[in-house]
Amino acid sequence: MLSSSPFRGRRGFTPYLCPAVIIQHNMNSIIKVSHLSKQFKELKAVDALSFSVNEVDVYGFLGQNGAGKSTTIRMLLTLIAPTDGTIELFGYNLLSHRKEILQQVGAVIERPDLYKYLTGLENLSIFAKMSGIKLSKQQLMEQLELVGLAQRASSKVRTYSQGMKQRLGLAVALVHDPKLILLDEPTNGLDPQGIADMRNLILMLSRERKKTILVSSHLLSEIEQIANRMLIIDRGKKLVEGSVDELFHPDETIVLLETTDKIRTEAIIRQSNYSNALINVDASGIELKMSKEQVPAFTRFLIEQQVEVTGINARHTLEDYFLKITTANQHVEAYKN
Amino acid sequence: MNYQLYRTSYFVPRTSYLVLLTSYFILLTSSLLAQAPAAELVKKVKAKLDKVNDYVATGKMKTDVVFIKAPISNIKAYYKKPNKFQVKRDGGLSLLPKGGVSINISSLLLTDDYTAINAGNGTIDNLPVRIIKLLPLTETSEVVLTTLYIDEKALLIRKASTTTKDNGTYDMQLSFGKYADWGLPDKVIFSFNTKDYKLPKGVTLEYDDGSKKPELPKNKKGKVEITYSAYVINKGVSDEMIK
Amino acid sequence: MWKLIKIEVFKIFKKPRTYIAFIAIWAIVSLIQLALYVDGQKYIDFVLSGVNDTFKVGGKIINGYFVCFIILQTLLIHVPLLVALVSADMVAGEANMGTLRLLVTKPQSRTTLLLSKFIASSVYTIALLLWIAVIGLFLSMFIFGTDGLINAKSDQIILLNANDVFWRYLCAFAFAELALITVGSLGFFFSIFAENSLGPIVATMSVIIVFTILSTLEIPLFESVKQYFFTTHMIGWKGFFEMKQTAEGDSIPGTIRNLPAVLRSAGVLLAHIVFFVGASIVVFKRKDVLS
Repeated sequence: MLSSSPFRGRRGFTPYLCPAVIIQHNMNSIIKVSHLSKQFKELKAVDALSFSVNEVDVYGFLGQNGAGKSTTIRMLLTLIAPTDGTIELFGYNLLSHRKEILQQVGAVIERPDLYKYLTGLENLSIFAKMSGIKLSKQQLMEQLELVGLAQRASSKVRTYSQGMKQRLGLAVALVHDPKLILLDEPTNGLDPQGIADMRNLILMLSRERKKTILVSSHLLSEIEQIANRMLIIDRGKKLVEGSVDELFHPDETIVLLETTDKIRTEAIIRQSNYSNALINVDASGIELKMSKEQVPAFTRFLIEQQVEVTGINARHTLEDYFLKITTANQHVEAYKN
Repeated sequence: MNYQLYRTSYFVPRTSYLVLLTSYFILLTSSLLAQAPAAELVKKVKAKLDKVNDYVATGKMKTDVVFIKAPISNIKAYYKKPNKFQVKRDGGLSLLPKGGVSINISSLLLTDDYTAINAGNGTIDNLPVRIIKLLPLTETSEVVLTTLYIDEKALLIRKASTTTKDNGTYDMQLSFGKYADWGLPDKVIFSFNTKDYKLPKGVTLEYDDGSKKPELPKNKKGKVEITYSAYVINKGVSDEMIK
Repeated sequence: MWKLIKIEVFKIFKKPRTYIAFIAIWAIVSLIQLALYVDGQKYIDFVLSGVNDTFKVGGKIINGYFVCFIILQTLLIHVPLLVALVSADMVAGEANMGTLRLLVTKPQSRTTLLLSKFIASSVYTIALLLWIAVIGLFLSMFIFGTDGLINAKSDQIILLNANDVFWRYLCAFAFAELALITVGSLGFFFSIFAENSLGPIVATMSVIIVFTILSTLEIPLFESVKQYFFTTHMIGWKGFFEMKQTAEGDSIPGTIRNLPAVLRSAGVLLAHIVFFVGASIVVFKRKDVLS
């Protein structure tokens, strides 16, 4: 749906005129977070987190549920006051330039909750005004058209489906043409088509509209497909930050091999050039670490050695890493419960 | 025993009888000569009042009852023979002592169904008055006793005190001026006993402004004062006006 | 700010629950009007019991002014519930709906946001009171006509001239507005702490009910602290229906018996409003929006 109605030709409305003109377009670092912490009574939700998001980045913010993603995003939006650390957006301290900064930020935080007793058009109009811009009904309708809701503009939001609410939430986040867009789990509750639409929209906003986007998710695959840079956090702490290309480096592929005769296969591998790649042998099979390019040669080698392969699976180390964190935490959660 | 008695009475001197009888007659005639019989005086007063067929009077009414706070108000009093009387307040409600009857003197003397008894002389506002008590003859009468203080010379009732079966005693004090010829007062002060007035605070949800409430006087006499400024006499009063 | 107030007012009047109050008031007022129309004399007899024996009441006791007095007396105990219904929903309702986080991320200061919300809820109470004025006063005047007003207090009866009542109603309505906004500010304050509006509504009503009961109970222990309850001052509107008296004890039309006390009550209410709204702002500014 979204892909069929890209935000082309959306230059027609007047962007909000920021009085202090603090936002400079050649600014490199749009978000700069230093030693950010948030303590909720017993729980340290965010722990000395530092990261930066550059202009026109699609920045993936990855972590499982409860890792501190939402708390961080809420701190970026001044919903939550940090216990410690600083946040700079567009090069200015967030707390001292809150108003000017927030004029340039659009966000969808968790569920896109809106006024159910108002129509889609009324909702959009209210939030446009609150963001400091005045749009004519026609301009608002154009906005709704872009997210495919023009037909339902006059329906009460309570009659909308989850996907429609999500799209309206996006329209609300974008209505004042912000430079920075924060999306907290934007694909939650969407069907596969909805997820694809959202992905396309994010890419379009970044490539065509030159928006800086921070998108959080608990799904690695989602981030991998849209982000150019990413951060993984766990229990409030930064685990890894970098460009997606770097983090998904081909050298870091884990190959899981299943054969009819595990002991013989292990002996063959240990005597070959691949012995250094061997990392683990257990009930699930034999694990090796090698570059993506090496995988075809390795499979040929196994055939030549007449190893009867029943299964071979190559996955990214990052994914492996992420899965480990997730499962480890799930164990903890299960234990707690 | 009987004989003894007879003997005793027989020996009372005849002169004593004569003295007693004479003095009685002298007393009787002297009082009759000096003062008209009570009933007659009342009739004369009534006759004077009877000259008035109807009137509309304007005046001011002041209510002086501990538990009633009402401003001095302009009133109109309507009277029509024989006993229609109504006091109406201009622009507002009025609380009048039960029975407009009592405020109007004519109605005191409405029926002939009473016995007038002389009760001596007195003074009201330094004016000599005859005190006459009227006793209703009918058992059913609400009024038990009316005491009139009549200015004999002017044939005006200066004061009337009425005791009723249910509503205690009412006093009415009248002052005369311009309309004395018609027997109509310039000012009527009406005093009466009041009962306690109390509503539960839960009902009224009182506003307590923190000011101390003055102790209410023990004397529960209420007063209503009507000062008439003008009468329009015998110009006709319709039943509508008096309703 | 003005723009924000307009938005908040718009939201209030788009919400169906807003109209519950208007319908409820219409129903209560109609019932009182009907009851007094059909059986008003009995009520009068009750109020004037003890007086009726001695006095004859002249004039039209059951008139529009009297009916409105009864309506105000009855309604102003219950309208706080209706005010709380909206004011206690102002922030908690948004939190519950999930829109609060969106509002707070808009480039408006939290103080401005909260003030405009409070002012909007006050606009609602003004509308509510205007509605009471229209159907409670003006409609009653139309149905029952006008005459002097009998104000029956616990130990006295005050008679007001017909031409001395209307201005008192204007003052009374203004005062009642202040009283209702005080309730609104209390509900608003509770609203800051909750994530659904039921809690603040119940809390507001509980405070009012408890304080009203304590003010009404004539127990010496409470008599002394009564002056500190805002509910005691909320019925200050009745102060407008009493007259000053001359040394001779004559009531003077066009006067208010104890204007300083009424103004002091108004001051107390105003102080409560400032306190509750101020406290709301202080708390809300530091609050982490987690809803």
